[in-house]
Amino acid sequence: MTTSDVTIEEAGIQAGRPLLEIRDLAISFKTGSGEVQAVRNAHLTIMPGETVAIVGESGSGKSTTALAAIGLLPGNGRVAGGQILLDGEDIAHASEKRMIELRGNIIGMVPQDPMSNLNPVWKIGDQVKETLKANGRPSGPDDVAKVLAQAGLPDAGRRAKQYPHEFSGGMRQRALIAIGLSCQPRLLIADEPTSALDVTVQRQILDHLEKMTDELGTSVLLITHDLGLAAERADKVVVMYRGNVVEAGPSLELLQNPQHPYTQRLVASAPSLASRRIQVAKELGVSTEEVLAPRGSAAVKPALTEDVLQIQNLRKVFKMRAGFGKSTDFTAVDDVSFNVKRGTTTAIVGESGSGKSTVAQMVLNLLEPTSGKIIFDGVDTSALNTKEIFAFRRRVQPIFQDPYGSLDPMYNIYRTIEEPLRVHKIGDKASREKKVRELLDQVSLPQSTMQRYPNELSGGQRQRVAIARALALDPEVIICDEAVSALDVLVQAQVLNLLAELQSRLGLTYLFITHDLAVVRQIADHVCVMEKGKLVETGSTDDVFEAPQRDYTKALLNAIPGARLMLPPEVA
Amino acid sequence: MIQFVLRRLLQVIPVFLGTTLLVYFMVFALPGDPIRALFGDRPPSEAVIAQLRQQYNLDEPFWVQYGLFLKNLFTFNLGVDFTGQPIADTLARVFPVTAMLAIEALIIQGVFGIAFGLVAGLRKGGFFDSTVLVLSLVVIAIPTFVLGFALQLLIGVQLGWAKPTVGSNVTWGSLLLPAVVLGLVSFAYVLRLTRASVIENMNADYVRTATAKGLARRQVVMTHVLRNSLIPVITYLGASLGALMGGAIVTEAIFNVPGVGQKLYQAILRSEGPTVVAIVSVLVLVFVLANLLVDLLYAWLDPRIRYEN
Repeated sequence: MTTSDVTIEEAGIQAGRPLLEIRDLAISFKTGSGEVQAVRNAHLTIMPGETVAIVGESGSGKSTTALAAIGLLPGNGRVAGGQILLDGEDIAHASEKRMIELRGNIIGMVPQDPMSNLNPVWKIGDQVKETLKANGRPSGPDDVAKVLAQAGLPDAGRRAKQYPHEFSGGMRQRALIAIGLSCQPRLLIADEPTSALDVTVQRQILDHLEKMTDELGTSVLLITHDLGLAAERADKVVVMYRGNVVEAGPSLELLQNPQHPYTQRLVASAPSLASRRIQVAKELGVSTEEVLAPRGSAAVKPALTEDVLQIQNLRKVFKMRAGFGKSTDFTAVDDVSFNVKRGTTTAIVGESGSGKSTVAQMVLNLLEPTSGKIIFDGVDTSALNTKEIFAFRRRVQPIFQDPYGSLDPMYNIYRTIEEPLRVHKIGDKASREKKVRELLDQVSLPQSTMQRYPNELSGGQRQRVAIARALALDPEVIICDEAVSALDVLVQAQVLNLLAELQSRLGLTYLFITHDLAVVRQIADHVCVMEKGKLVETGSTDDVFEAPQRDYTKALLNAIPGARLMLPPEVA
Repeated sequence: MIQFVLRRLLQVIPVFLGTTLLVYFMVFALPGDPIRALFGDRPPSEAVIAQLRQQYNLDEPFWVQYGLFLKNLFTFNLGVDFTGQPIADTLARVFPVTAMLAIEALIIQGVFGIAFGLVAGLRKGGFFDSTVLVLSLVVIAIPTFVLGFALQLLIGVQLGWAKPTVGSNVTWGSLLLPAVVLGLVSFAYVLRLTRASVIENMNADYVRTATAKGLARRQVVMTHVLRNSLIPVITYLGASLGALMGGAIVTEAIFNVPGVGQKLYQAILRSEGPTVVAIVSVLVLVFVLANLLVDLLYAWLDPRIRYEN
């Protein structure tokens, strides 16, 4: 194939014609129960060189719209109506042959998850090479290395000979960006290109992507659930909700003056933008209806001075196999000390591999520390016998990240929540059922949920079930390991509000493990920043956010998408 | 890599000792006197029996018998069986026959199973897919001896396309019909395994990304779907090679193939300890080597699996 097949008339650019125009697009999926409309009347215009972001929660149809533009709808999906005009040519129903010509050459794609989008059995270089080859570009080793180097991959020549599993997440995403841009497409579809990455890496990757597309003059269609990120990176933002485009406009304008109720809620809940809300409300002692659910009046709070958890010089060393029975030590947690006051929320933040989850596992007594002490309510937890550990578990409960994996799919919700009560032999059948009903009320789930199974619930509902289960034993401390990271922004805000409300009502203490500083801002009183197993900074949330002492903390803060956006106070 | 292979080969030693000991013990524990059984209804004189017993060390306790067997083995002297033939000669005669049969069956199930499975997986829900699925279920459901006799009668006797039995003159062509029978059940499994694996991989993110790169469908399937889908299939094929070598007793009996299965069956009936153990020992080696080969293939197909250090 030669590139001349796919040349698109130059006239379009001069005449100010949009590169991509989506008109009245409707997409439907064939399911067991008939056709389901996933996208209705979608409109979108991207001018040459422009970056347009589609924002929405999962299931809003944002990815589906983007996939339709590159002809990659799943087998049961089809364009049911409307047009997708690529430089004037309607490609909504283009032949597969034409789409193969366009893909790579004219429309490139950077997919979402760097872990699953590279074929594990081929070298990175091979995967770049086949792209160049398929689109009729020179594809020698030097060309491959050049493409990878442009995407910011150091030592590209050697790296090209490695396999995906030898790359970190950030480097894989660079390789995917290299592939997406290797044939200098005129339009790049970037579907959540960084949502699986740490914030600091996310920042670097997006900066680099921006630089490259600016240099090449590539238009970008950015798909994201993060309004802050969209506003920061895109010229225009399109908000999708349940398959409809509900609002579109220049980024800042849309943020400052959202018209549609959904956009307003989204702006209000975006952690990266409205992060001060819960904090401010808490400090001022006021709560507003939509942000913070009403707190129980005069909840009996124990004195805040008592340190319910004292972590002292905690260390965890893992043995890594190095072959021949030899092993090297890997220090996952290195001399970490901090205290958690009763009734407060302490957040441990850090990137993946910083050791924050290892700390949580040791506090939960699921992992034995190499050295150091964890003192819970005055008692060293390492000295507990089996019976005492059983009693300890009653007082310290976890909520895990993945609401899909942490509930047993074969247990209905009643059985899930009742199980800890049964294990700890609390009450009889009738009183346990009463307790489960109460718990469901507390987490704002209807009591009819009891008879349902996890797969019938949404992610947010499941996380509420996980919270109810954690609360079943009336614990004092709850360890939340990335408890809201898997949730959509609005659902995340609801769950955070629920946690805040439960804390004030029940006097709970939270240890919150998260990589998301915006979430920390919303929920935590104290912050511990971890880097490579070490505690690099601790302090009250306000101090750390306002005057971070360490470069690492500053880098983390700077990397929050939308952090640099200036918004009028009534919005931020 | 070489270390891995060496370590795996060293593992053969305990496996070998363990299996031979076990098999030897089981043969030893069989009820009845093998020498008397040899003569059937007309028992020989006690003197003859005593002499034969001594010749085959049957008077000795179990450990001595097993020790003598091992000693002979390491001096490459497998001894003679009850008919006076050297066991080494017997092995040299039967194993090539079964190896030919097994290889032919393996090729049939591998090549056709993967090809049919790939096409069925790519056309999931279509006519070809549905037909092949139903037929494979039929093949799996029918026992080998029924299938064997049926094909023997139909193709061998009525249509006359092939010789109904193999006999002593073994050729690749004459083994084709038994190989088909032998490979048919595994063929159905390989087909289903490939199909499931292809369907799963067609939905993988990297396959979509490959399409987004502008690759033609053929390229996407050959480079990104097929290789990834072969990983579980290769494991199954490797394991089935061992089964084909040892488990062909029924098929060999139906088609009168003078192979391992037939010989092993006769030896068990006669309680010929040394012959049984010798055959089983070779089978153990075949199993271990086949598994090693699978592991190496596995590493070649999936670079995430590496055996060095």
